[in-house]
Amino acid sequence: MERRHILCDRNKCTGCMICEFACSAFKEGRFDLDLSRIRVLRATPTMLDVVACFSCASRPCVKECPRGALRVDEATQTLALDKARCAGCGWCLEGCPFGAIGMDESTKTIVVCDLCQGQDQPQCIRFCPQQALSLHVSAVAPGH
Amino acid sequence: MSSYNSKYLAVDLTSGKTEAREIPGRWLRDYLGGVGLGTRLYLECARPGADTLGPDNPVVMARGPLSGTMAPASAGHAVVTRSPATGLLCGSVSFGLWSLALAGTGYDAVVITGAAASPVYLFIDDGRVHLRRADPLAGQGGPQTAAAIRRESGDSRVQVACTGPAGESLARLATIRDGHRLMHRGGAGAVLGAKKLKAVAVRGTRPVSVADIDAMRKAVLDLNTGWRQTAAGGGGLEPGECLLPGSGRCHLPARNYQQAIPGGAASLAAECAAKGRLIKTIACPACPVACQHVYRITDDPHSDEQVVLDNEALAALGPLCGMFHLPVILKALDLCHVYGLDPVSAGASVAWAMECFERGLLTSQDTNGLDLSFGSADGLVETTRRIGQLSGIGAVLAEGVLRAANGLGQGSGEWAMQVKGLEMAGCDPRTQPGLALRLAAGLRPPTLDGRDDPSATAADACREEDLAAAGDSLAICPNARRYFRDFPAEAARMYTLATGMPLNPAELRRAGERTNNLIKAIDIREGWQRPDDWLPPRLFREPLDTGEGAVVSEKDLTAAIDGYYRGRGWSAEGLVPGEKLAALGMDDLREMLKGNRHGAPPHTLR
Repeated sequence: MERRHILCDRNKCTGCMICEFACSAFKEGRFDLDLSRIRVLRATPTMLDVVACFSCASRPCVKECPRGALRVDEATQTLALDKARCAGCGWCLEGCPFGAIGMDESTKTIVVCDLCQGQDQPQCIRFCPQQALSLHVSAVAPGH
Repeated sequence: MSSYNSKYLAVDLTSGKTEAREIPGRWLRDYLGGVGLGTRLYLECARPGADTLGPDNPVVMARGPLSGTMAPASAGHAVVTRSPATGLLCGSVSFGLWSLALAGTGYDAVVITGAAASPVYLFIDDGRVHLRRADPLAGQGGPQTAAAIRRESGDSRVQVACTGPAGESLARLATIRDGHRLMHRGGAGAVLGAKKLKAVAVRGTRPVSVADIDAMRKAVLDLNTGWRQTAAGGGGLEPGECLLPGSGRCHLPARNYQQAIPGGAASLAAECAAKGRLIKTIACPACPVACQHVYRITDDPHSDEQVVLDNEALAALGPLCGMFHLPVILKALDLCHVYGLDPVSAGASVAWAMECFERGLLTSQDTNGLDLSFGSADGLVETTRRIGQLSGIGAVLAEGVLRAANGLGQGSGEWAMQVKGLEMAGCDPRTQPGLALRLAAGLRPPTLDGRDDPSATAADACREEDLAAAGDSLAICPNARRYFRDFPAEAARMYTLATGMPLNPAELRRAGERTNNLIKAIDIREGWQRPDDWLPPRLFREPLDTGEGAVVSEKDLTAAIDGYYRGRGWSAEGLVPGEKLAALGMDDLREMLKGNRHGAPPHTLR
């Protein structure tokens, strides 16, 4: 079993937000940074990091969802959303300790990183001009 | 789909009314955005001959058409108003999160007219607009004001452009602080201060759509990959390279242009590049270059007091004041952020005062016992603070060197290093005839990378300047422009992909030319005359101390200016003929641009 997520080299990150632009352009067809699945965090102008779904082992978002709309895709180990079931209640947002889930207010559905399934690599990694982003793959102990 | 919203926000501070207005499609096509569109909107609502520090001098903040998209280094906006320092039009661009927020509000520009009775700040919250009381913010410094407004709105996404205590006191070298760098020259902060407008806060969360997003993604990836290959070390620029004006390529003025440092300042560059003080290099939104060098101000390694140092501020607060010690320069720059001072003008004013002090025109009585010799750390830092507070000698210097020299007299105008009332920035023009022309007569500030081709003709200067105006209209960062392989072609393509409006490189230049001519025509309306296009006396009389003995030749400069006017299609007196306006499609503006119909000239330049 593998856990896969976006990892940021904080020393290389300049806070240019090109990952956010690239994500929302690819996923939404427009530049809407609130709907980017990856976000730049600025504690101070120089203390930068990004957050996207960490594929954490405990998956509080899945457990919180009252309608069973979120599940873990067995093949990719990323979150899969059943849009028909999602009512936009936001419990998963509340449950995620990393703040990695966003809400599309216009459609009342959530948005979360799926590592750009079907592409050869996630768009944020592809576009990052500083090569600060990478795909981190680690083994998860079976039965976890 | 287009990245334009085709509307601007009109704010009348006198009545407190705000209104969304349509921008004619033709203006967008002709002036693009940023400085161009800002100038056109300025013309629409300005009264000729108005006092620059009165209610009738509007301020226009206009976004670039690419801001909010992923086009490289495009998150910018322009501030256009008439400068209280020169009396002429000044349009400057700056970049960062404020510009990005403005793009998300659904307005392409904000036009602010009138003046409030008591301090207010403008809050543009997506489509909603509020004018809020700013009495508690009066006298607050730049960073504090931004933090207070953010606290009040309860959202860290709110971005703040504000004027500082200096601007509130109408100091002519006050700036608007809207990001990590203080980019707005010419006293724009004082214009806000005169309107009793403390700040313009923006929260923009609306999406920006473009005409062809897939092609734009592909083009951006292509451009950014090219940059990565050319930029040093794969990640941004090396500190010192982007930081110093023309390192190794031009003479850096020192001690108020009494000396020059050939080849930039190697020792200063080394200190700038030392890793101890440099915390990190950060980028504006959508910029792959990342040229903002963030320095720790104090020696305390745990301190979070930091400031972004750029080449112009470094040159003005450093060598120009005889200062080569980085911590002192950083401290002075930090004070510019707090008080809202243009660091270039502040540095030049201190340098002028230092020369007066060394020549005995100013005594320690005038400076309250402060040692104002060149290179005095206390002198630089304390005088910068006094300019910000307008106390003691600072009140005189806050008016800028031209007015300070006029007040002091005794020949101090000889070393007041200003053009048309605005303090000079960057390289020494005595070895660079092209730069001398651009500084004396130019409409856009020359880039500071020190390039100067001696074989360049007046026509080249016009072309370069038109391209600069086009770049400032698209609000693509001047620091990043040189990383384009073919700027006109690539920028025009980005524009087309974003707006869906066809634009070729020739039309892009044309738009820049149109903007430059419009700026000139407004300047003429406000009383500009040919003798204003000239350099300070020192540059003609005192040769460079580097052994080359170079001075600016009056004859050569006159010839260059003649050639420049000819190249522009202007009269020998530098006036824009009606045919020129007609050729640029601005025939309809002739009536508006006619001479100042309101009696006396609005200002005295000389």
